[in-house]
Amino acid sequence: MKRFRGFLVLTIVFILAVALVTAGCGKKQEEKKEAGDSGKFKVAFMYVGPVGDGGYTYAHDQGRKYLEEKMPDVQATIVESVPDTNAADPERELTRLAEEGNKVIFATSFGYMDPTINVAKKYPNVVFMHCSGFKTAENVGTYFGRMYQARYLTGIVAGKTTKSNLIGYVGAYPIPEVVRGINAFTQGVRSVNPKAKVKVVWTNTWYDPAKEKEAGKTLLDAGCDVIAQHQDTPGPQQAAEEKGKFGIGYNSDMSKFAPKAVLTSAVWNWGPYYYNTVKAVREKTWKSDQYWGPMSDNIVGLAPFGPMVPEDVNKVVDEAKQKITSGQWDVFTGPIKDQSGAVKVPEGQKMSDKDMLSFDWFVEGVDGSIPKK
Amino acid sequence: MTDTGQTNVLVLILATAVTAGTPILYAALGELLTERSGVINLGVEGMMLIGAVSGFMTAVVFKNPWAGVAAALLAGGAVALIHAFLTITLRTNQVVSGLALTIFGTGLSGYLGKSFIGLPLPVPFTSRPLGMLSEIPFFGPVFFNHDPLVYLTYLLVPALWVFIYKMRPGMHLRALGENPSAADSLGVKVFLSRYMYVVAGGMLAGVGGAYLSLAYAPSWLENMTAGRGWIAVALVIFALWNPLRAMVGAYIFGGIDALGLRLQVLGVMIPSFFLQMMPYIFTILVLVVVLGKNRSARTGSPGALGIPFDREER
Repeated sequence: MKRFRGFLVLTIVFILAVALVTAGCGKKQEEKKEAGDSGKFKVAFMYVGPVGDGGYTYAHDQGRKYLEEKMPDVQATIVESVPDTNAADPERELTRLAEEGNKVIFATSFGYMDPTINVAKKYPNVVFMHCSGFKTAENVGTYFGRMYQARYLTGIVAGKTTKSNLIGYVGAYPIPEVVRGINAFTQGVRSVNPKAKVKVVWTNTWYDPAKEKEAGKTLLDAGCDVIAQHQDTPGPQQAAEEKGKFGIGYNSDMSKFAPKAVLTSAVWNWGPYYYNTVKAVREKTWKSDQYWGPMSDNIVGLAPFGPMVPEDVNKVVDEAKQKITSGQWDVFTGPIKDQSGAVKVPEGQKMSDKDMLSFDWFVEGVDGSIPKK
Repeated sequence: MTDTGQTNVLVLILATAVTAGTPILYAALGELLTERSGVINLGVEGMMLIGAVSGFMTAVVFKNPWAGVAAALLAGGAVALIHAFLTITLRTNQVVSGLALTIFGTGLSGYLGKSFIGLPLPVPFTSRPLGMLSEIPFFGPVFFNHDPLVYLTYLLVPALWVFIYKMRPGMHLRALGENPSAADSLGVKVFLSRYMYVVAGGMLAGVGGAYLSLAYAPSWLENMTAGRGWIAVALVIFALWNPLRAMVGAYIFGGIDALGLRLQVLGVMIPSFFLQMMPYIFTILVLVVVLGKNRSARTGSPGALGIPFDREER
């Protein structure tokens, strides 16, 4: 009896384990294998989330699809939901991808930084591209986009739309990337509507749909009539939709989640960059580099405007876009004042990349505060 | 700010506390029943996710949110059945099985829901003011201006309280958790009853998850419960296994986030880490207070909680 029970337990545990592997981890092994490996140029993408997150990873995967379309002789493998909170998982997956003969490997989360550097040492003939990090090596490059430029443009749309002159912004964490986005957005709002204010609420989460929606509701109740966000879920947009107000999405076009509310979204457009990088590696012109792509490279941009956005807004946005992409002006060109009214960037001066990457103060017009560490 | 302005903010915070607390309340009531019968199930988070995804998929296909609730009941119960089989029949470690269930539920729900991400819910649950009741000053907007699933808890909580403390099967349930051997000799079918309560617990956890995907957020996103299952487990202890206290606790736990966000808008910053640990601090405080009053009291925790029942090993 005892022995039988032990056997039964083992069987059940085994079945559960198999179910787990197929359901949970199984997705990771989901590879795009074309008929045979017949001479195709192999590249790989490692993602932190599921392709269906409707946000960050989805945007990267759209880039992967673009690459495959433009270069049919490229075979792109993907690995989903690799946690970036430990080193073991990404190192194992990166090693596997390198062993399988991939020539370029894109690691798309900040937390993959050290694992990428470590594995790259063992595979000098493979090019590793790490998204949003700051460590490079002979065969490791980094890449990211100047999302703040797109956010500035969405700020113009919001500033033109608001009636209450109060715009809400749901922020994830008070880190420089998010602060920079809020500041750029506010600059955009105030360029067309100097009376408007941007009210900030922190959720302290990247991914909690219910809480992020609650944050949106809170801002709406406080009198905001446009809700922008730096979050990975469309919760804040849904809150705006329910109240019959407007919103600005992020990561990818969020209009499908809240069609009546989303004016536009600040979106990532990785495709052309992935294409150019793979092309450079194949033509042997690739060199390790730290790329922070401007909007003129189309790596960041705006999703199509919703039907509720008036024609004349289009024109204003296009003019501003022209100014930024031509390189003659950037979002953080002085004079820029902080919340107390003190001039932080003098007239005519451009803020340096280093200062932008360590933003820890809000510009004039932001109603909110950055919690002290 | 005027006086009415402040009352309005208070009403908004409390009304949010009720809706934010409802998914946790459903899950906690389920876990309460399960634990009362002597079985601990730490798979609440997984069962909630399974309930959320199956409820959403069904509601989309049938264009009816109640169909979604039915599916969530079935799916949550089915997942709990795995736990029941492992821990009651096979007498494996309940903690390990529960944790496995959470991992399993998280993975499976993500896999099942893939093609449903970003789909709109044709008919979500929406607020329906309860006639006269919703017009009572203060209490009306706080309690009686919500969706039907919230109102359902107003019936469920007292019903469970009466069942547990005033009815014969409820007495048997308490006996199951306190001393299954004694219950057995009274003629209570220990195995069958424990199966029933574990499955019932899973069903309620499933509805808790479905509340998020059908009423609160209405949409499906992977891992959308974001830790609420664990809050529910803490809530059962906070409530000392009493459904009425669970209701109060759910609203406190649910209200904490709302309070933090609303205070931010008013310009008051409370460190988020502090707010996030509040549910657990409250739980510890309650235990300290209760134990401080009477050291011999077992705080209402079922005596045989976590111990598998074996007729031959009495």
